[in-house]
Amino acid sequence: MKNFKSISRGFFIHASLITVSLLSIFPFIWLMSTAMKGPDENIFQYPPVFFPEQPTWANFKGVWHQIPFMLYFLNSMVVAGFTVVLNLILSALAAYPLARMEFAGKKTVFYATLATIMIPFQAIMLPVYLIVLKLNMVDSVNSVMGYLGLILPFAVNAFGIFLMRQAFLAIPKEMEEAAFVDGCSVFQIWWKVLLPMVKPTLAVLAIFTFIGSWGEFLWPSIVLTQKALYTLPVGVNDLQGMFSANWRFIAAGSIIATIPILVFFIAMQRYFISGENDGAVKG
Amino acid sequence: MYKYYKKYVPYLFLLPAAVILVLFFFIPFFETIILSFFDYNSNIYHPAFVSLDNYITLLKSPVFYKVLLNTFIYLIAAVPFLVVFPLIIAILINQKIRGITLYKILIYLPVIVSIVVAAIAFKWLYAQQGILNYVMDLFHIPPVGWLTDPNAALYSVILVTVWKGIGYYMMIYLSALMGVPKDLYEACDVDGANPITKHLTVTLPHLMPTIGLVTMISSISAMKVFVEIYVMTKGGPLDSSKTIVYYIYERAFENLDLGIASAASVILLVIVLVMSILNFTLFENKQYQL
Repeated sequence: MKNFKSISRGFFIHASLITVSLLSIFPFIWLMSTAMKGPDENIFQYPPVFFPEQPTWANFKGVWHQIPFMLYFLNSMVVAGFTVVLNLILSALAAYPLARMEFAGKKTVFYATLATIMIPFQAIMLPVYLIVLKLNMVDSVNSVMGYLGLILPFAVNAFGIFLMRQAFLAIPKEMEEAAFVDGCSVFQIWWKVLLPMVKPTLAVLAIFTFIGSWGEFLWPSIVLTQKALYTLPVGVNDLQGMFSANWRFIAAGSIIATIPILVFFIAMQRYFISGENDGAVKG
Repeated sequence: MYKYYKKYVPYLFLLPAAVILVLFFFIPFFETIILSFFDYNSNIYHPAFVSLDNYITLLKSPVFYKVLLNTFIYLIAAVPFLVVFPLIIAILINQKIRGITLYKILIYLPVIVSIVVAAIAFKWLYAQQGILNYVMDLFHIPPVGWLTDPNAALYSVILVTVWKGIGYYMMIYLSALMGVPKDLYEACDVDGANPITKHLTVTLPHLMPTIGLVTMISSISAMKVFVEIYVMTKGGPLDSSKTIVYYIYERAFENLDLGIASAASVILLVIVLVMSILNFTLFENKQYQL
């Protein structure tokens, strides 16, 4: 009886989780199925055909030749890469005095930083855009300025600063004192003693900043005027306009654009799903 | 502890982050408020000070009411699902069973994939002759204009937000579940409690702070929803799926009506501010204490 109960319970759990898993990936599977259907197949067929009758890569090749995916990919890499590096450096720099030093105005700085958490970017994006325009950080000036406009508004945020501050708080003070006695400057203490000790937190911050920056759509779609600087999400959205009724190409293009982040996710999966990211909950 | 740094050193460390935060958070914050008192509609190069006119215009505008209502529906419809589903899934997954990692990867996948791709994938499911209407047909329900019927569009978009958020909140719950003392479950087993009683009496009370946190995070992100709407409906048909951020975007960047857009932004700021303050006072996080 006991055995029967635990078997039926296991069955129930697996059945539920398999259902949820399938629902989670079905939209992508259906996109893949559509992308692989041959030119003679009716993609609107009733009943829908799940496995393509004439499976083909032609749609992928076709969309690849018309859309500069490599360019969009590189743009995304540049933007996400620099955003991550800046976030790591700036957060770790600002977090150090907030965790360890006494100085006039500390409270003000602390609460001012905290206040930025409550300001949604969507509510201030218009003035941010006007400032970026005033600073000439747009792609109509040149591509370096265009990149700057994409990167700098997201170069640091309060979450990163507080995350790093928490990490620094956990390090015993004796470490710094010992380094100081050994003749390290305060910058050397930060760089050579503290940063190596918070590597796991830096990794978490890097990964989550990367994901956020990689998927960002609203801001690039506001500032970019030229396709030369399109990031992948903007390029993917553009597919809809280019191939208005050609769902085979739209589907194939969407799949191609998803491959890089999929590879990244599988490679870094332990950071996402093993519960190590307790401190990285973002709002 | 003696000081090993000069007086100005802390400010040097703070400076780079301060420049960014001032330039791209604080100045825009105050500029939003200032812009909301100016009229850009008559002449964009010579805005005129109109005090509260923009707010009055908004409050008199039926479209803005529709937008506020839609935003509210978004909140009310999406948040309960995002609080409850991920919790149930997290409890199911938090067992000693095979294939946990695979389940987690698959359920987390929507979180990782670009929201633009997700919206396109759903647009395809929602097509008039799409697979979802085929499923409806199997149950003898007439086809639904998922994104073209003003009564359905908003909910179709909400479904995408819910679908994309489940994995994220599941992971938050999972890390909270690790903190529930194991011996309490064992005590339940000794008492012969069934699994449902077990979770109601042990898991739920322990997870209340996390449930509160998820409620707050998902509410604030529901207020900020944009991409799903932009990719799938552009706020249509007949403004039926237009929420506040899309409205701000449209006013600011399509109609160049900077004053009205800023007034709507201030309203959004106030709503999110109230939610955040609630969040901090109710579920104070040690990370944010000096």
